[in-house]
Amino acid sequence: MDLNDTPEQAAYRERVRGWLAEHASEAPRENLPEEEVVPARRAWQRRLAEAGLAAVTWPKEFGGQGLGPIEQVIIGQEFSDAGVPGILDVIGVGMLGPTIMAHGSDEQKSRYLGPMLHADEVWCQLFSEPAAGSDLAAVQARARQQDDGSWRLSGQKVWTTNAQFSAYGLLLARTDADVPKHKGLTMFIVPMDAEGVTIRGLRQISGEAEFNEVFFDDVRLDPDATVGGVGAGWGTALTTLMFERLTIGSGVEGLGYRPERFAEAIASDPHAAHDREVRRRLGEVGSELLSIRFAGYRLLSQLQSGSIPGPEAGLAKITTVAAAIEAADLVTDVLGPDALSEDDQFAYITSFLPGLKSAGGTEEILRNTIGERVLGLPPEPRLDKGIPFSELRAREREAIS
Amino acid sequence: MNLELSDEQEFLRDAARDALGRVKTVDAAREALEDPAQRPDLWPTACEAGWAGLLVGEEGGGAGLGAFDAMLVAMEAGRVLAGVELLGHLPASALLDAGQYGGLSAVAEGTRRAALLAARPPGGLDGDAWTVEPRSGSRRADAPRAEGDRVSGTVTWVPDAPGADVLVVVTGDGTALAVDAGQEGVSVEPVMRYDATRSLGHVTLDAVHGETLQVTPEQVSHAWYLAQVLLAAEAVGTVERCLTDAVAYAKERFTFGRAIGSYQAVKHALVEVLRRRENAYSLLVYAGWSYEDRRDEFPLAASAARSSAGRALDFATRELISVHGGIGATWEHDAPLFFRRAQLSRRLLGGAGEATDRVAGELLARVAA
Repeated sequence: MDLNDTPEQAAYRERVRGWLAEHASEAPRENLPEEEVVPARRAWQRRLAEAGLAAVTWPKEFGGQGLGPIEQVIIGQEFSDAGVPGILDVIGVGMLGPTIMAHGSDEQKSRYLGPMLHADEVWCQLFSEPAAGSDLAAVQARARQQDDGSWRLSGQKVWTTNAQFSAYGLLLARTDADVPKHKGLTMFIVPMDAEGVTIRGLRQISGEAEFNEVFFDDVRLDPDATVGGVGAGWGTALTTLMFERLTIGSGVEGLGYRPERFAEAIASDPHAAHDREVRRRLGEVGSELLSIRFAGYRLLSQLQSGSIPGPEAGLAKITTVAAAIEAADLVTDVLGPDALSEDDQFAYITSFLPGLKSAGGTEEILRNTIGERVLGLPPEPRLDKGIPFSELRAREREAIS
Repeated sequence: MNLELSDEQEFLRDAARDALGRVKTVDAAREALEDPAQRPDLWPTACEAGWAGLLVGEEGGGAGLGAFDAMLVAMEAGRVLAGVELLGHLPASALLDAGQYGGLSAVAEGTRRAALLAARPPGGLDGDAWTVEPRSGSRRADAPRAEGDRVSGTVTWVPDAPGADVLVVVTGDGTALAVDAGQEGVSVEPVMRYDATRSLGHVTLDAVHGETLQVTPEQVSHAWYLAQVLLAAEAVGTVERCLTDAVAYAKERFTFGRAIGSYQAVKHALVEVLRRRENAYSLLVYAGWSYEDRRDEFPLAASAARSSAGRALDFATRELISVHGGIGATWEHDAPLFFRRAQLSRRLLGGAGEATDRVAGELLARVAA
C-alpha cells in the first residue's frame, strides 16, 4: 500500500519540476483577452513538445517519449501544482493521434502526427450526431465515393470541442447503408477549411459555447482520406473510444471537484457549518468525492502494473458527476441566490454538470455496459442486430408516423 | 505507487476465507436468532490464524501488520456473517501495544481476549468530552471516569465484551486504562438485538482497578477510528456477498421470457451496488494508507469509509431482498440474515450517521485551518 513514487518516477518528477522552475513563467497568463487564448496555448504546446512533455506516452518514432501513463500523471500533477496549463489539443494528442498510429497509413502518420504534436494543426473529433450519441454506430453522415475515387460527404456532427480552430477532424461516416449498421462505416480525415464545412457554436446552460455543431454540405474528400479501410470504421472508432475512456477515467479528479472546495464555501457561513442537515449532506458528498481520489489512485496503480482498466472505471465518472451535482446544490442551498450569479464558480458547476452526465455516452448506457461486461448480466434485447441500416431507418420512420 | 494487494495480503485474505469457510456461519446466523448458544465460537480459529496479534508489533509477540491487513480479515468475516471477536479485540490490542501493557504477549496470542470500551473522541457538535453510546435514545452518555487507578462508569453496546479477559476503558478525558475483566466490580451483561452474529454487552465498572496506559489522546482516538474502519470493512465484505448472490439470481430467474437481469431496472440497481462497493473499497484503501503514512488524515478517512460503507450496506442488503422478490423477505432465504446484521451494524459505535457528521467536521476543520 504505497502512494509514493518509485526512484525512477521520483527522478522523472524532479526533471519535470526542474523544467517548470525554469520555464513556467513562459506559460500563457490567466485572464488573457479571449482572442489571445488559443494562440498562446498553441505556442505553449509547441514549447512543451520541444521539451518532450507534450506526448510522453507516444512512441519515440512519432516524437513522443515512449513512457507510460504514470509519467503522464506526474506531468499533470506537477503542472497543476505549478498553476500552468497543459497542452491545448488533448483530444488530438490523447485520442486521435493514437488512433492514426494504430490504423492510419504510413503517409498519414508522417503527414499529420508531427504538426498535431506541435499544435501547428489542432484536431477535433467528429463522431457524435444529433441522432447518434450513445448508439454511435447509428451515424447518418453519408460519404459516397465518386468515379475518380474521391468522396462526397454530407451530414451533421455535434458536441465538437475545438472545431472552431481545428485544422482537421477525424470523422465517422456511413459509406454503405445496405449492410448492418456497424459494418457500413468508414473513418475519414476531414480538412476543416474545406468548402461546404460550416461550424456553429453550441451554447450550453451556462451561456458559454464550449462545443460546436459542424455541418457538411457535399464536401469533397481526397481518395486517400480514409483511415483504417473502407467499411472498417467501427473498429477504428473503438480504438478512439478506448483512448477516450482512459482520458476521461484518469481525468475525473482533474475536474477539480475536491471536497475541500465545497467545504470552504460552507465554512464561510458559521451557522451552516453547525447545522446537522448541512453537515449530513456535506459528509455524504464529501465521502463520495474523497472516494474518487482513491479510485483514481487505484486506476493508476492498475495501469502501472500493466493492466488496462475495464468499463468499471466509468463508475468513477458516474460518482463524480452525481456527487458534484449534490455538492453544488448544497452550497447553493446554503449561500442562496448569490451562488447563482453568472460569474460564480458554483453557478458554473451547476450549469455544467447536467450535460457532463451524458458526456462520453449517457449514464444509462454506461450502466448497461458495466452490468453486462463486468457483472456478466444478460444483454438488453437488441432490435437492430443483423438488419441493414437503411431498413432500420425505414422502420423508425414508420414507427414514428 | 502500488495499491494492489501484495502476495502476503492475498495469502492473508485467502487463508481467512478458507478458515471461515469451514464453519457454516450463515446457517448459524439463522439458528442463533432462536438460540444464541448456536453462535459458533470462532475465537480459536482467530488465534490459530494469528489474527489476535495482527496489530501488535513483533516485539510484543504479534505480527506487526497494518490496518489494511486487519480490514482484509474483517471483509472476509463480513462476507459470511462470521461473528469473530476482532472488532473489540483489534483496536484494544493496538492501544495495549502502544501503551506497553505488561500482559501484551497473551493478548497477541489470543489466550487473553481484549475488548475496547470505545469512546467517541471530542469534535462534532457534542462539546469537549469523550462520550459513549447511550443505553437508549439519541443523547450521548458520559464516558467512564477514573480517580487514581480506580475507574467507574457504564458503557453500553460494547462489541465483543462478553467473555473478554481485558477491557480497555476510555475515560471522559481521553485516557485509557487496561482493566482485568475477572475482578470484582466488573459486570458484563450480554445483549442481543435483531442480529445474532455479533457478541455485544453492556459493561458496568464500579471502582475497579485499572492500569493506566501510557498513550496519547491521539492514539486513543485512533482506536475509535480503527473500530470504525473494521466495521466499514465488514460491511464491504457483506456488500460483495450480496452482489454476488443477487447477480447469480438475476441471471437464472426468468420472467416474461427473459432473465430478470436483462431488465434495465434490475441491471442498473445491481450496478449501483457495485458502484457503492467500489467507492467504499476505495475509502478503505485511503484509510489503510493514511493509518501507515498520513496519520493526521486517518480520522477523516476512517469516517468516510464508515459512512460510505454503511450506506452501501443498507442499499445492498435491501437490493438483495428486492431482486429475489417476496421470497427474499422470508425465513426461507438468507437475505434477511444479511439485512438483520446490516441493520444492527449501522447503529453500532456511534452509527454510520455519526461517521458522516465526522466527515463534515473534519473537512470543515481542514479548510478553517
